[in-house]
Amino acid sequence: ACKTEGILILWIIRLLFSKTYKLQERSDLTLKEKEELIEEWQPEPLVPPVPKDHPALNYNIVSGPPTHIITVNGKECINFASFNFLGLLNNEKVKSAAQASLKKYGVGTCGPRGFYGTFDVHLELEERLAKFMRTEEAIIYSYGFATIASAIPAYSKRGDIVFVDEAACFAIQKGLQASRSNIKLFKHNDMADLERLLKEQETEDQKNPRKARVTRRFIVVEGLYMNTGDICPLPELIKLKYKYKVRIFLEESLSFGVLGEHGRGITEHFGINIDDIDLISANMENSLASIGGFCCGRSFIIDHQRLSGQGYCFSASLPPLLAAAAIEALNIMEDSPDIFQTLRAKCERIHKALQGISGLKVVGESFSPALHLQLEESCGSRENDVKLLKRVVDYCMNSGIALTQARYLEKEEKCLPPPSIRVVITVEQTEQELDKAASLLKEAAQSVLN
Amino acid sequence: MTDLKYRLAPASEMSRYCFPNNAVSGDASRCVCLIDSSTVEEINHIVHNGGLYKRPFNEAFEETPMLVAVLTYVGYGVLTLFGYLRDFMRQWKIEKCQNATEREEQKDFVPLYQDFENFYNRNLYMRIRDSWNRPICSVPGAKVDMMERVSHDYNWTFTYTGRVIKDIINMGSYNYLGFAQKTGACQEAAAKVLSQYGAGVCSTRQEMGNLDKHEELEKLVARFLGVESAMAYGMGFATNSMNIPALVGKGCLILSDELNHASLVLGARLSGATIRIFKHNNMQSLEKLLKDAIVHGQPRTRRPWKKILILVEGIYSMEGSIVRLPEVIALKKKYKSYLYLDEAHSIGALGPSGRGVVEYFGLNPEDVDVMMGTFTKSFGAAGGYIGGKKELIDYLRTYSHSAAYATSMSPPVVEQIITSVKCIMGEDGTNIGRARVQQLAENTRYFRRRLKEMGFIIYGNEDSPVVPLMLYMPAKIGAFGREMLKRNIGVVVVGFPATPIIESRARFCLSAAHTKEMLDTGGSVLATRTKQFCKYTWEQEEV
Repeated sequence: ACKTEGILILWIIRLLFSKTYKLQERSDLTLKEKEELIEEWQPEPLVPPVPKDHPALNYNIVSGPPTHIITVNGKECINFASFNFLGLLNNEKVKSAAQASLKKYGVGTCGPRGFYGTFDVHLELEERLAKFMRTEEAIIYSYGFATIASAIPAYSKRGDIVFVDEAACFAIQKGLQASRSNIKLFKHNDMADLERLLKEQETEDQKNPRKARVTRRFIVVEGLYMNTGDICPLPELIKLKYKYKVRIFLEESLSFGVLGEHGRGITEHFGINIDDIDLISANMENSLASIGGFCCGRSFIIDHQRLSGQGYCFSASLPPLLAAAAIEALNIMEDSPDIFQTLRAKCERIHKALQGISGLKVVGESFSPALHLQLEESCGSRENDVKLLKRVVDYCMNSGIALTQARYLEKEEKCLPPPSIRVVITVEQTEQELDKAASLLKEAAQSVLN
Repeated sequence: MTDLKYRLAPASEMSRYCFPNNAVSGDASRCVCLIDSSTVEEINHIVHNGGLYKRPFNEAFEETPMLVAVLTYVGYGVLTLFGYLRDFMRQWKIEKCQNATEREEQKDFVPLYQDFENFYNRNLYMRIRDSWNRPICSVPGAKVDMMERVSHDYNWTFTYTGRVIKDIINMGSYNYLGFAQKTGACQEAAAKVLSQYGAGVCSTRQEMGNLDKHEELEKLVARFLGVESAMAYGMGFATNSMNIPALVGKGCLILSDELNHASLVLGARLSGATIRIFKHNNMQSLEKLLKDAIVHGQPRTRRPWKKILILVEGIYSMEGSIVRLPEVIALKKKYKSYLYLDEAHSIGALGPSGRGVVEYFGLNPEDVDVMMGTFTKSFGAAGGYIGGKKELIDYLRTYSHSAAYATSMSPPVVEQIITSVKCIMGEDGTNIGRARVQQLAENTRYFRRRLKEMGFIIYGNEDSPVVPLMLYMPAKIGAFGREMLKRNIGVVVVGFPATPIIESRARFCLSAAHTKEMLDTGGSVLATRTKQFCKYTWEQEEV
């Protein structure tokens, strides 16, 4: 005992008298030198200049409502570019429900949900959505983009693992970035690749079982992918979920109100029990033709977002007139379930009609209402591809079909999709209009690309 | 101005927002306080660079009394003990567990929530949960109707009795200029646009969602603010979280105020830039950070920073303080950095014509590089905007995340903003806008003075329409909210984690729609019912 104490005392004496040794040699600058450095420093300009002809700078100006017949840049066209799948944007019943709400509540809610911003329409909308999707609870957000971008960081934190599809949309990417978790990308719709990643994770877990017991895992996929127009293989994902104990977050912005017999989305399309999906998130800006988004699932999961969803707690709630419009749109969806079949038939029709255009290939499932037309062969650089597609779009616009290119932030996307023209099918388009669009695109491709 | 005397305040009076003024006192440990020789009770902490200010700047954050701080900690300690006891009882099934639980099939998955994360939620928040998320069923104006709800299991579940409590004086909604109305020019214009355009847009700004209404709105907002150009977005929160990453990136430095809003913090984090925090509204702290940043460069590599962006807010909604804008602009010019001003609460609420904190201080809007604000508070709508030079806005039109991926604003909401901005500017041919701005300023001064006279501790600047009243103890949070509701006054109470743990407060948001009678009713209820347990200040006693 004496020996150890003696060694300890000697060690303390050594530490007291040893030279303190800084890792960084911080030579103290004189005041004059500091002032010189401050004088000399030149920052970059706040923003770099943007060339006047940048394709994303000059917006199309739509005068009047962006409905089936749309006036773009002064020219009247048939709208093949707005995500108004069920044609509810111009629906009189929806508008009158919104008017009634405007007369009762005014426009804004003047506060977040926690501070007198919860209106009875919000509660009603949440109940109706939960009932429609056959889940326990739903929560609504005032902005579509913020829905999935706030939901993911509420559950997945630093140290957790998220397996996400390469073609996931930008909102999902931002949600993942905000969560600070480990992101593992798997090839688009490639279950073998996903299984490989899951197996790798399993071997990692066996090396460190203590850490594995507290690391949450999630798979984030979309029902109908915005960037590629195809659907995810949900039954296989469910099998992987139970095999490797991973939770599934499903983003259904495009498939809600489109897939399934009653428009309940991809779970109805595949006939899967909705409780097998941990969280379904969708925005109300496509089929429901309103603004905002919602998440639905079991109360155990959804209730957590009421205190941890940043876009829910720290932001003003959805204006009541938009919530009332969404409720009425939901009523229409429930009352006339045959519109989904009509929409699907129109999608199949145009998908077939667009096959065989020289120079352009159709990307997307035959029943997807949001397709992409990509160049079969790229002309070398993305800039030139974009310019070429612009000429095709302009040709169509001049002849009465409104189209748009799919816009991306090229430097920010993780896996940038190739440039494409977005073709959106709605129930309001007649068969003649669909055929006209297809033949016009053939003509445009012929004249521009050959 | 009356003849002013200087008095050195002793260290015990210094709050954490004081800073030493060496030039006058020569003593770094003391603050210089200003006393008006005619009315002795006002103690204000003067500004270091007084010459930059064209108007008096009166802000006070009284120190938490020692006894109160101790009792608050004791209160939290007792609650924590009871929390552990309750958890123990729940675990051993003595008490029924009301929590929602995981599915049977997924019981062997990694637990989604850690038990401790939810401790505060289960045991403290749940007990006073009825103070928040109160559902209303009328327009959120000066008076509001609330749906009555009761709980038979201590706030775990609520049931609606079906009764509606009518005409509650609303001191919780952000309705500064009273534009939350269901009748009037704004509502009529919005109704017209709704019937013409519909409610939604179904596309993004860069694709097919750019309506003529959006262009009209942006030109109007630019004119209102006095800047070259502006751009509007659908959500105020998203305006910050999606545009800050577009402006700065890796290799840049962000200097952010301690008490910035969650959206600014999220935007700063998503950008990937280095973030450094300076003390709340403390210009010494900011200057030190700026000097160090430029002199020493980036950590480890010592490369010079690409740009420095200072993030501040106009009015801080939890403190009621106004940013020291003249000093911030002087610093920004001296150190060649850029200023991002978030005027969520100050646009429409400050300044003789409602143009925000820049007009309040009599400064040039061109000095602020990025002027951001929201339409939710003073304009009775939803959404946010950014104003600045044309190059900045052109850049944001091209590279903002919101322009490329998020649906554009709903047309009736846009029309509400257009009509309310025109009203504030006086372009609708009436005087309503000007009158409201003046009414708000009067209401603010009157209410603050009354509360101070009654002896409550009020934080913040004299001119800020956000009035935080200190409660400190956790039990008082619930009691205050419930007592006020019993007397038909709706207030907002906030506790941890929105505020530091011992500084829970009630927050009043004044509105131009509040009449003097409503403010008097509020004041008298405070005086009679709540004064007993909220009167903390000792200032009156000293005199």
